[in-house]
Amino acid sequence: MGKLTVDLCGITLDNPVIPASGTFGFGYEFAELYDINCLGTFSFKGTTKEPRFGNPTPRIAECTAGMINAVGLQNPGVDAVIAEELPKLAGVFRKPVMANVSGFSVEEYAETCGKLDGQPQVGWLEVNVSCPNVHGGGMSFGVDPQAAACVVRAVKAVTTKPVIVKLSPNVTDIVAIAKACEEAGADGLSLINTLLGMRIDLRTRRPVIANTMGGFSGPAIFPVALRMVYQVAHAVAIPVVGMGGVSSAEDVLEMMLAGAAAVEVGTANLIDPFACKKIIDDLPRAMKAYNISSLSEIIKGVR
Amino acid sequence: MKQCIYKIESNDPLTATVYRMRLSGDTSAFARPGQFLNIALAGLFLRRPISVCDYDETGVTIIYKVVRKGTAQMAAMRPGETLDVLTGLGNGYDSAKCGGHALLLGGGVGVPPLYGLCKELRAQGKQVSVVLGFNTKDEVFYETEFRALGAAVTVTTADGSHGVKGFVTDALPDAYDYFFACGPEPMLRAVCAAAKTSGQLSFEERMGCGFGACMGCSCKTLTGNKRICKEGPVLEKEEIRWES
Repeated sequence: MGKLTVDLCGITLDNPVIPASGTFGFGYEFAELYDINCLGTFSFKGTTKEPRFGNPTPRIAECTAGMINAVGLQNPGVDAVIAEELPKLAGVFRKPVMANVSGFSVEEYAETCGKLDGQPQVGWLEVNVSCPNVHGGGMSFGVDPQAAACVVRAVKAVTTKPVIVKLSPNVTDIVAIAKACEEAGADGLSLINTLLGMRIDLRTRRPVIANTMGGFSGPAIFPVALRMVYQVAHAVAIPVVGMGGVSSAEDVLEMMLAGAAAVEVGTANLIDPFACKKIIDDLPRAMKAYNISSLSEIIKGVR
Repeated sequence: MKQCIYKIESNDPLTATVYRMRLSGDTSAFARPGQFLNIALAGLFLRRPISVCDYDETGVTIIYKVVRKGTAQMAAMRPGETLDVLTGLGNGYDSAKCGGHALLLGGGVGVPPLYGLCKELRAQGKQVSVVLGFNTKDEVFYETEFRALGAAVTVTTADGSHGVKGFVTDALPDAYDYFFACGPEPMLRAVCAAAKTSGQLSFEERMGCGFGACMGCSCKTLTGNKRICKEGPVLEKEEIRWES
């Protein structure tokens, strides 16, 4: 059987498959269905300094080969995550978990990451820079190389854990943002977050989503994600975690050939709760079919 | 929750737009009336959440209204075809909280989950009064089915073409110990305002996953944030926070 292990910022993963933040909660819903220790790791629900309810409903819209969500970072806040969610998680997940963090100011990112830095269960900090900067006129940190770098420096100053910056695809030049994060000290990058999208209900002539717009995800965005992973992985020296519409073992291989050191699976979990387990179980077959003996050897192997 | 393959045993119209589908398969994940299942349909990205009308050891009955693509696709399916379903979703109604006389209030396609509940309440030896609300005579279904369970049934139609003219709140009985409701949100609001007792109401929301992972269907309640698909769809009257 082929070798599935990969390295992500100095921590070995049994396989490269990682459920993406916002599609896997804190793991318990899925732990009721299968032993989630089969995962490489998972990225838990985006956590902020304060508890957040998020956006009004409807938050979900169906699309061809995908969906739009405007959940708005609903989460119980970092203190409750540390006091309640992580101890509960310890009962069902033995591996280091990826902590996904959001913030609305540089200080908020640093404070939340500083608190999570003290948690031994946390292996990596995945910093989502797609949030609006309340001190920057609401513009997303992730669309400005300097603002993104500022977040990275502030987070790096409060943690010794590897910092993976999750990039927004809603930019003109994702490579410029990626390089700015690398120069600011990021240990890795993950991409892509959702693409800004919209649907209109023909009967009411109103947007389907209460918030008008939301993040488009699912198999439809896979080619866009693959292209961006390819561009970024060939422009930086730090590891890249690829995601965006991944829903099969073949998609994982394609992402890794484009340059991904590991692969996150998001929306697929919502349609088939067993999606990640099925992909992991199917990887040896797909590797054999394409004559791959070790997954780590195909990273950035596109010719 | 369980992922199961269900086989369609029958799929027939009850009215011009409402269909009843009988599915056979593993129902071990269901624990209460008022739970739902989430159906994968070929070519459509999201599953379709549909409330369960009734279930037993061999299968479930669902009643659904053809609204758009997904339900139209379901209506065209034939016996023998199979469906990939997530089963046993949501909390369902807690019939134990009801005293000796239950009032069941259903509006339109909110009627089906009350049928399984009515069956359970009758099996507990409780008296059940049912008020079923529809727009017009041609849309009425399950009046005789509820009566066959031994319930006192009143039907209301908005245009007065059958039963009492008006809404379910125009036909509330004088005495009951507890109520259960399912229907469109304006109806649930009116029911809460008119009801003299405690009760449970089943809500609808656009869902992503249907099993608590995506936070797509969250609502604020007086007892904290709840996911309609996981801690709901049934909420207690006292915890509901109506948005103005």
